[in-house]
Amino acid sequence: MENAQAYLFYVFAALAVICAIMVVANPFSRSPVTSAMFLVLTMGCLAGLFTLLHAFFLAAVQILVYAGAVMVLFLFVIMLLDLKEEQRRQVKSLSLVAGLVSVGAILAIFVRSLIATKPGEGALANVEGSTSKLGKLLFTQYLLPFEIVSVLLLVAMVGVVLLSKKDLK
Amino acid sequence: MNVGLEHYLVVSAVLFALGLLGVVTRRNILVIYMSLELMLNAANLALVAFSRFNNNLDGQVMVFFIITVAAAEVAVGLALIVALYRRRQTTHVEDLNLLKH
Amino acid sequence: MHLQTLPWIILFLPLLAAVVITLFTQRDRKTSATLSISAIVIGFVLTVIFIKANSFNPEVKEVSLNWLDIGPLQAEFGLRLDALSLMMLLVVTGVGSAIHIYSWGYMHEDRCFSRFFASLSLFTFSMLGIVMANNFLQMFISWELVGVSSYLLIGFWYEKASAADAAKKAFITNRLGDFGFMLGILIVWAALGSLNFGKLEAGLADNPAALGSLATLGGLLVFCGAMGKSAQFPLHVWLPDAMEGPTPVSALIHAATMVAAGVYMLSRTFFIYTPEALQVIAWIGGCTALLAALVAVQQNDIKRILAYSTLSQLGYMVMAVGLAAPEAGMFHLTTHAFFKALLFLGAGSVIHAMHHEQDIWRMGGLCKKMPVTYWTFMVGTMALAGVWPLSGFFSKDAILAAAWHHSMPLFIIGVGVAALTTFYMFRLVFVAFLGGERSHEVGHAHESPWVMTWPLRILAVFSIVGGVIGVEALFGGMLHPGGEHPHGLAAQLVYPFKHAPVAALSGLAAFGIGLFAAWTLYARAKEDPLPARIGTLSRWMRDRFYFDELYEATVIKVHDATAAVVDWFDRWLIGFAAVRGSAGATSLFGNVLRFIQSGSLQAYAFLLVLGVAVILFFVLGR
Repeated sequence: MENAQAYLFYVFAALAVICAIMVVANPFSRSPVTSAMFLVLTMGCLAGLFTLLHAFFLAAVQILVYAGAVMVLFLFVIMLLDLKEEQRRQVKSLSLVAGLVSVGAILAIFVRSLIATKPGEGALANVEGSTSKLGKLLFTQYLLPFEIVSVLLLVAMVGVVLLSKKDLK
Repeated sequence: MNVGLEHYLVVSAVLFALGLLGVVTRRNILVIYMSLELMLNAANLALVAFSRFNNNLDGQVMVFFIITVAAAEVAVGLALIVALYRRRQTTHVEDLNLLKH
Repeated sequence: MHLQTLPWIILFLPLLAAVVITLFTQRDRKTSATLSISAIVIGFVLTVIFIKANSFNPEVKEVSLNWLDIGPLQAEFGLRLDALSLMMLLVVTGVGSAIHIYSWGYMHEDRCFSRFFASLSLFTFSMLGIVMANNFLQMFISWELVGVSSYLLIGFWYEKASAADAAKKAFITNRLGDFGFMLGILIVWAALGSLNFGKLEAGLADNPAALGSLATLGGLLVFCGAMGKSAQFPLHVWLPDAMEGPTPVSALIHAATMVAAGVYMLSRTFFIYTPEALQVIAWIGGCTALLAALVAVQQNDIKRILAYSTLSQLGYMVMAVGLAAPEAGMFHLTTHAFFKALLFLGAGSVIHAMHHEQDIWRMGGLCKKMPVTYWTFMVGTMALAGVWPLSGFFSKDAILAAAWHHSMPLFIIGVGVAALTTFYMFRLVFVAFLGGERSHEVGHAHESPWVMTWPLRILAVFSIVGGVIGVEALFGGMLHPGGEHPHGLAAQLVYPFKHAPVAALSGLAAFGIGLFAAWTLYARAKEDPLPARIGTLSRWMRDRFYFDELYEATVIKVHDATAAVVDWFDRWLIGFAAVRGSAGATSLFGNVLRFIQSGSLQAYAFLLVLGVAVILFFVLGR
């Protein structure tokens, strides 16, 4: 059982990283559509990892919201915009090097501090992210942020409607 | 073969770095947006892992909120991109240099 | 109406008139003149009422408002009303009224009639401010205002280059003295912590050493102000040039007000001068009196003679203050105000009749053409020369008596100056009014209108009686309380002979000598006989001892050189290095930094990530 979980972790992790690479730097296609499809796959792998972390509710939400709603939105927008000409442009090598250097630096700092502090030592994986527990927490301790987030969604909705009007001034 | 907190954090860090790389290097504003989502998800993964290994559900609640806000953000952001495209006929960041003037 | 508000009204009426004339009635000549004249005449009447109601020693000596409170500096805005200022108030408003009225006649053909009266009212206001000020600061402000308004008045005919130059000269020379005055005020304030005359006097009476080692210096610096305003040697050069202004202005500046301000200020601040300072003041006064009298002997312009005469008499007054007899100085100032105003207005009347001819050698025989002018001018001359019992005799005698008591050399100078005064004044009278007509303009000359002659008559009366109506006792009672002073008309008339017979008799003797010399030399002269007799000295006198040339060669050269250096400094170090240098550096940095602002979002994002990496490195990585 333990081993199965470990194998699953490695499979999901490797898939997630590969898909993320394909999102950012696909050697075969520069189309945003491919990027979007690989992003959906990354979301799926992350949902798998969530499940391995016993966060079942979040795994479901991840699939529903990200893979379902957000990515669909992305695809819609890509379809709305006519993006043929965009694909021909080259990534400038200078900016690529600059990006790699800065991102590499940050990654190196992360990993170094991880190795130096070892946060996982002695930690036991024992929390169950079940829907009922999470729901209880949301409606008791985090009630106010929860309500505020609902208002935020409403505001975002109004904003989007306004922004999408034809003659935006 | 035991999978611990560090493993999850390394995956999260790599995903985050990839997202960052996308933000810095890609020119298409839609792809930049997707990379941003990737970074958010990397953060989510780290939060869930911490929650699991530190015996505390608050992290998962935070992730719940992040997903919600991210959804709203994507909706607004994409609307903005659409509006921008209507005016300037481009999704290419090098053409969006209004900040210079 | 409360009596204490009267002085405020007296003070501000002329200002109000000036403002109203400038703003509203520029085009209406008659209204302007009426406003200006009524402002000062009302002021005069109110002064008389105030004195009638309060006598010369009002119970409330000061009315003041707190004006500024800056740390330890408390500046009041107040009026000090005691015998000194009230008497001066009478003189300023009284003589001023006569001059204002006279101006109506003298100036009525001028294009800028209204501007003239506005300036005149402003001047009056400033002068009243000096007279009534109860503290140094306020006095200094009025002092500067007098400078400005005198500039306006002397340069009234500014289209004439000489007038404009004279105005500048007067203003700049005055500023020179005023700078010393300001330093003196600062020293006094630093040492005593107050600017109020009453407080200062009380403080110095309690502790005479309060001014410390700076006492003499401070006193002399304050005196510098008087030196500029009262045209004392070596700052006397502006006064004769100030004759370029209209004659009523000359009369106003010379007789009653501006130059008197210096002497008045000396009397007002008499308490701060140390014996050493007084010594210097007395000698400067004496030298000025002598030099100016000598110069006056060889001038041919009627107004210039009077100008140097004024200088000489001012020297007298300053000398009196320096001899610790400010009451004598103020006494002479008062009488001098009457007869010098009279002489100037008389001269103006002559000039008016001669169609702006000022050379006395082109006049002659005017006594038959303009009898009123002649007789009043004669009264003024006699008063100035010191004929008993005219006013000049008494005031001059008071000064000579003070000199007799304190310093023999100064006494001799004083008597000599008295003789010279008689000499040059009668030279003027003999040449201009007696004898035959020297030019055909005299044939057309006629008496001036009543608006000009009546002020002459009134001033003549005062010139006659000014010495015996108790002015001296008034000042003496105030500046030296408890002193002995004669009462009653008869006692006044003979008082000088009893009090200091040597001084009185030598004054009369000086008059006799001067009159005799003038009669023998000029009674029948066709041209000036003096240059032939004393040669070089006469030329020096005529050319005013070359002071202007000396200043031209020294002060102005040095000034120009300094200006050139400062100009270089300003142009290259400040203008080029500091101003343009910093501007250039800023724009250079701006140009360099401009490349960073590319407008590319991803460049910004890259920089942001780099920044985050650096911060993380310092927070986590090390």
